[in-house]
Amino acid sequence: MSDNTLPSYDGLEVGAVVATREVVISRDTLVRYAGASGDFNPIHYNDAFAQSVGLPGVIAHGMFTMGAAASVVEEWAGAGNVQDFQARFTRPIEVPAMGEVVATVTATVGALDDEMRTARVDVSVEFDGAKVLGKAQALVPCA
Amino acid sequence: MPVNPEAVGRSYGPFEPYEVTRVKIREFADAVDAMSGAHRDAAVARAEGYEDVVAPTTFAVVIAQQAEFHVVVDPEVGVDFSKVVHADERFTYARPILAGDMISTTVHIEKITQRAGISMVTTRAELADADGDPVATVTSTLAVREDA
Repeated sequence: MSDNTLPSYDGLEVGAVVATREVVISRDTLVRYAGASGDFNPIHYNDAFAQSVGLPGVIAHGMFTMGAAASVVEEWAGAGNVQDFQARFTRPIEVPAMGEVVATVTATVGALDDEMRTARVDVSVEFDGAKVLGKAQALVPCA
Repeated sequence: MPVNPEAVGRSYGPFEPYEVTRVKIREFADAVDAMSGAHRDAAVARAEGYEDVVAPTTFAVVIAQQAEFHVVVDPEVGVDFSKVVHADERFTYARPILAGDMISTTVHIEKITQRAGISMVTTRAELADADGDPVATVTSTLAVREDA
């Protein structure tokens, strides 16, 4: 956490959207994430393998989705200022072999702690009309 | 072989420290669309009050997953990795991860619950710096299908 860049607490209101972004996902995105993270599970790049384990096809890494969601929170919170971030992976994002899909990330103030001057930011990631993360919550200390 | 619920409480590590580099932080930031210059440029990071470039929030998974791998391959635990789905993840930071950190990780099997043919295996990875001070706790749950 950096005191220099913490978001301002005063003026925050529960329900306020602090950041939003459309995340574009293609197979390139997944290969890049696999390399950067070291998660080379073939369900994230090989359709035949994904289908052999009962998936409809290649799906995005849950951790890619969570990472992209964190980036949206950081855009508001500042780099290094997210103290806690959790999520459940409730639905996969199917990613076609060609072309791209779009997920919409919205970061909303979910709760405020006046004593600690922290904000709980609830993050929604919507894909194909449904939420793909459950209980995605970030804790951000504020100035 | 099904997951062995008696594996709860097992610990692994600490392993050889993970050296956090500027190049890896930038590569990870690019991969998750973390756009801040503080992930890429030490001068920007210093202006924000950090000693070096700062890692994105979920970067700790790179370090934690290497440690969690020891759980997955432990025959006494009995996880079939081809039947694993990631169920949840949580990062709790004592301080951000910075380039130059040497991170030692110890991983614990926190909880195993079994119902309806699925084992939920929760691990807790404790990341500490070269001084032994805590940096982050990474909690992760894998859902393992026990069907044939």
